[in-house]
Amino acid sequence: MNSKYLKWILFLAALLVLLLVSVLFSLSAGEIKVSLSQLPQILSDKASIEYTVLSKIRVPRILMAIGVGGALSLSGVVLQGIYRNPLVEPYTLGISGGAALGVAIAIVFGLNTLSFFSLPAFGFLGALVTLIVVYLLSIKRGGLSINSMLLIGVMVSFVSSSAMMFLMSISTTENLHNIVFWVMGSLDESNNSLIAIAFYSSLAGLVISYFFAQTLNALRLGEVKARHLGINTGVAIKLLFFVASLLTGIAVSVAGVIGFVGLVIPHLIRLIIGNDYRVLLAGSFLGGAIFLILSDTIARTIISPNELPIGVITGFVGGLVFIIVLSRSKSHFKLN
Amino acid sequence: MEQFFQITNFSCGYPGKFLLKDVSFNVAKGDFVGIIGPNGSGKTTLFRGISGELPPLKGRMELKGLDTRKMNLKQRAQNIAIVTQNIEIGSMTVEEYVLMGRIPYHKQFQFFETKEDFAIAEKYMKLTGVEKLKGKYMNALSGGEQQLAGIARALTQEPDLLLLDEPTSHLDITHQVQTLNLIRRLSRELGLTVLMIIHDLNLAGEYCDSLIMMQEGHIRKKGLPSEVLNYADIEAVYETVVVVRTNPISNKPVVFLVSEEVIEKS
Repeated sequence: MNSKYLKWILFLAALLVLLLVSVLFSLSAGEIKVSLSQLPQILSDKASIEYTVLSKIRVPRILMAIGVGGALSLSGVVLQGIYRNPLVEPYTLGISGGAALGVAIAIVFGLNTLSFFSLPAFGFLGALVTLIVVYLLSIKRGGLSINSMLLIGVMVSFVSSSAMMFLMSISTTENLHNIVFWVMGSLDESNNSLIAIAFYSSLAGLVISYFFAQTLNALRLGEVKARHLGINTGVAIKLLFFVASLLTGIAVSVAGVIGFVGLVIPHLIRLIIGNDYRVLLAGSFLGGAIFLILSDTIARTIISPNELPIGVITGFVGGLVFIIVLSRSKSHFKLN
Repeated sequence: MEQFFQITNFSCGYPGKFLLKDVSFNVAKGDFVGIIGPNGSGKTTLFRGISGELPPLKGRMELKGLDTRKMNLKQRAQNIAIVTQNIEIGSMTVEEYVLMGRIPYHKQFQFFETKEDFAIAEKYMKLTGVEKLKGKYMNALSGGEQQLAGIARALTQEPDLLLLDEPTSHLDITHQVQTLNLIRRLSRELGLTVLMIIHDLNLAGEYCDSLIMMQEGHIRKKGLPSEVLNYADIEAVYETVVVVRTNPISNKPVVFLVSEEVIEKS
C-alpha cells in the first residue's frame, strides 16, 4: 500500500481511539462519578441511579456532541474547500444568524409552546430561508459567484443579528432569557427524535461529502482549473453548499449557536495531516465530535452542579489551542 | 496532411458581445503552433473557447474528427490539457499536484489513485525533469520548476492537444529555453499537438512550426514563422516600428525593436 494512504489510515484510526477515550471519559465524569470498571454492572442494573444518569443524560449528550460537532466541523471544512478561503465557516455565511433569528421569532411570538419540535423547526426554517436568500442573491449570469456569496452571507448575518437585537429589545424578561440561553448553545436535549436526527444526518452528510472528496481536491487548484480536469464544478459546488448549509441548519436548530468548531477543528486537522480532502473530511468529522464531547464534559462539570454554556468552552479552548498551535507551527500553512 | 484539430468560423464571448469573431484554422498532429498578438487581441479568449470555458456562440471545433461540443467535461479533459500562466498552489507536493492530472480518468466516486496512475505520473515527472522534486511543496519551487510541474501535470492527463498560456512569461532566458526545448521535444517525440500563447516574437519564431497572429478578435495572418513575422504585419498589429532579419544559424526570423528616439533621429 502507498505510504500516504497508510499514514491516513493510521491517523483516522488514532482519531477513532481518541473518540472512544473521550466517550469513556464523558461517561464517567460528572457530579455522579461512574467508574468504568463498574460499567458492565451498571448496565445490567437498570434501576440504579448511575444507569439513569448514563442513559438519560450522558449517552444522549455524547450522541448529540458527535452529531453536532461532526456536522459543524464537516460543514466548515467543506465550505473552506468550496470558497478556498480559510476564514469561512458555517457562521460566516449567515446560516447560524438566520437560525437564531428563526428561534427568536418563535420565542417572542410564543410559538415555542406549540410543540417540543417548534423551536428547532423554526431554527431550521431560519437557516433554510437565509440559505435560499444568500444563494439567490449570489447568482450572477446564471452561475454562482463564490465571492458574492461570501459577502452576501456576511451582510445577511449582520441584518439577522440586528433583527434579533430588535426582537430582544421588545421581548419580556423570560423570553429574553430563553433567547440568550438558546443563542449560547447547549447539548442538553431531552427529545430522542431530535438527537437521532442530529446524529444520523451528520453521518449522512459525511457519506455524501465523500462522494465529492476528489472534487474538493481539484477545487484546491481553483474553479476554472478544476473544470479543466473534467469536474462539473457548478453542480458540485451547489450540492456541497446545500449539504454544508443543511448540516449547519440541523446542528444549530437542535443545539443553538456553538461557535469555533467549524473554523478551528478543520484547521488543526489540516496542520496535522495535510490538505487532501480524502482524509480531511473524516478527520474533521471525528475531530469535531471529539472536541465537542470534551467541551461538553467540561461545560457540565467545571462549575458542577451548575452548567456553563458549551459555547463558552468551545470559544475559550478552541481559540486558545488554535492560537498556540498556529504560533508554534514552523510552517505557515495554506488552505490549498 | 491530416487535419487533427480544426476550428471553423468559431466565435465566442458573451451574448451580444463577440470577443472572438469567425476564427478558422487547422492544425496537423504533432504541430507546435504559436499564437501571437497584442494584449486584448483575443488570444486568451481563443484558449478559453477551446478549453470549453467560454461556450461557442457560432462555428465548429473538431478534434480528431469529433465535435468538441459533444464531448463531456471528462472526455474534454482527457483530450485537451491546459497549462495556465500562474500556478497558485500552496501546500501540495509536486507528486500530489501531478497526480491530479489523472482525475479525468477516475471512475465516478473513485477515491484512490491506481498503480497505473502513479506510473503515468512518474513517467511524466521524469520526462519533464521534476521527478527529483516530487516530495517538495509546490510553493517552495522556483517559477521555472513550477512551470515544469505544470507541464508534467498536463501531460499526465495524456492529452492529444496541449494548450500553454505564456509558459515563459515569468522565466529568465535559461528557463525560457529549457521550457521551450522540452515542449518542442514533446511535440516531436510524443506526437503531441501544442498550441501556445506567447508574447516573445523571437521565441515564437525560433521554436514554433507555425504561427497565428491575432488582431481585435480575429486572425490577421497564419503560416510559417517566416511568413507571419514580417515588419508590415507586426507594425500594423502592434503599432510599433520593428526591423525583421534572419537568424544566421537557425534561419528563423528575428524581430528587433527600434526606439522612438532612434526613429526621430533617422
